[in-house]
Amino acid sequence: MATESIEIASLPRTTTTAVRLRGAQLADRLVVGFFGLAAWLVLLVVAALFVTLAIAAWPAIKTVGWPALHSALWDPNNGKFGVLSFVFGTLVTSGIALLLAGPVGIGAALVLAEVAPKRLAGPVAMLIELLAAVPSVVFGIWGLFVLAPVMRGAIEPALARTLGFLPLFQGYFFGVGILTAGVLLAIMILPTIAAITRDIFEAVPAHQREGMLALGATKWEVLARAVIPYARSGIIGALVLALGRALGEAIAVAMVIGNKPAISASLFSPGYSLASVVANEFTEATGQQYLAVLVGIGSLLFVLSMLVNVAARLLVWSVGRSQSAARA
Amino acid sequence: MIAGRTLSAEKTLQTEHLTAYYGSVCALKDVSMRFEAGAITALIGPSGCGKSTLLRCLNRMHEIIPGTRVEGEVRLDGKNLYDPAINATEMRQRIGMVFQRPNPFPTMSIVDNVLAGVRLTNKLRDRTQLQELAEQSLRKAALWDEVKDQLHRSGTSLSGGQQQRLCIARALAVEPEVLLMDEPASSLDPISTTKIEDLMRELKGDYTFVIVTHNMQQAARVSDYTGFLLAEESTPGHLIEFGTSSKIFTTPKDKRTEDYITGRFG
Repeated sequence: MATESIEIASLPRTTTTAVRLRGAQLADRLVVGFFGLAAWLVLLVVAALFVTLAIAAWPAIKTVGWPALHSALWDPNNGKFGVLSFVFGTLVTSGIALLLAGPVGIGAALVLAEVAPKRLAGPVAMLIELLAAVPSVVFGIWGLFVLAPVMRGAIEPALARTLGFLPLFQGYFFGVGILTAGVLLAIMILPTIAAITRDIFEAVPAHQREGMLALGATKWEVLARAVIPYARSGIIGALVLALGRALGEAIAVAMVIGNKPAISASLFSPGYSLASVVANEFTEATGQQYLAVLVGIGSLLFVLSMLVNVAARLLVWSVGRSQSAARA
Repeated sequence: MIAGRTLSAEKTLQTEHLTAYYGSVCALKDVSMRFEAGAITALIGPSGCGKSTLLRCLNRMHEIIPGTRVEGEVRLDGKNLYDPAINATEMRQRIGMVFQRPNPFPTMSIVDNVLAGVRLTNKLRDRTQLQELAEQSLRKAALWDEVKDQLHRSGTSLSGGQQQRLCIARALAVEPEVLLMDEPASSLDPISTTKIEDLMRELKGDYTFVIVTHNMQQAARVSDYTGFLLAEESTPGHLIEFGTSSKIFTTPKDKRTEDYITGRFG
């Protein structure tokens, strides 16, 4: 190696090598330019989206204004555009979804990556990934015709019997409502969580497992103390991605949430979400203001998703920091 | 705690007709050898000779790879480690291991790394005892002076050589009798290598060391005994010659050992 480089360095710079070098530099610059352009294009699309939304929503912000954010009264025909019930519906259904799908998805991924024999884990993992590709309208139909009756007939009564002392589980059993939408969203984001966390578990290096094993750890101790901590920030990333899908889901939620702009303490009662109100009412919106408000709701969803993402990044970052500052 | 203890002769680790497979491929055949208690035994040989496999058989780390199989016996205290009655996880606390690549746990602080193995056992200790054990282990691994002011920083914030000594401290904290070292210095610079060799010399007597190394100078410098393994055509890795290191490196009996240590192959 050393002698070779000396030879090259002491070689007289002939015109051919100079030309070749210049060619290589040009190729380098082209590649950097192309990928740089691609990177900027992504930013540009996001910015354009935001600007377009803001312009289209501007009339709504001007006329309806910020009070709409803390009013739940939605009566477009009489010019009442309170959006609070939609924000509530979006956050609560997504929260329920994450609460249900998070532990189950991570558990499934753990079993597939660490416990199940490879011959079984491979096909099952493929099925899960396939599930992630099912269109949301299919989930919506299933939710309406299969899940909702089951919720009304079995699950909601059971919840009312056992946890009925909580306001969350009181009231009529509608079948369609906040809880059903949350459960359906949970099923929809489950494959995302399971597939990504499985990849993350598989990416934990063998030397981490062996290091813990060699200290006298059992299989479960290896998982709990070496594999899961190592994968922690990746798992949070998977949950954020799944949450993003839940927040933005329009069609499936619209089919099972009940589409009633109201805030109720009971999870059984019907509600509405930001994405589903846009999907449902966009074609029926009469008048400039109504349309502008719906675009405004879209912008609100955009901002909300961004806030959730930022919060998640902060969480990952603080987890990383507390790791390095961990106390004995 | 164990300072000044001398390992008695029955703590000698020994293998009997040890044979190891990966699937249907035999990687190690019929190895019977002793690892003198309190001494440093080096395993040398070219790549693929089965020396790492042999090492991993000594604390049953070989069997964690799916499809592997071990025949024969490994004895410590006169007990066969492969006896179904032996609990592999308890056994690994008596026979520790240091790996080729430093593998501290990145989510743990330096002190938590040292105590990771101790915390697996249910021997509840109070905070001061744990702190003392951590300090003691870091001192033995010749790392204390370098990290005593940053015990709560991440284990991965250290240099490669320091990380490897952290892994040694982590293994020592469990108070094993045997420490298996799989090319512990192969990814380190010469100064870090010297530090690790020094601490091995320092600690022998209290611990039985088995070290796999590619570096014959290292084996000659640090070890009391040396075993030379070789895989030949149609024969899986097996023990060619075993003896005191001074003998092996000056007057080997086998022609193949001589060829290897003089650098004619491998």
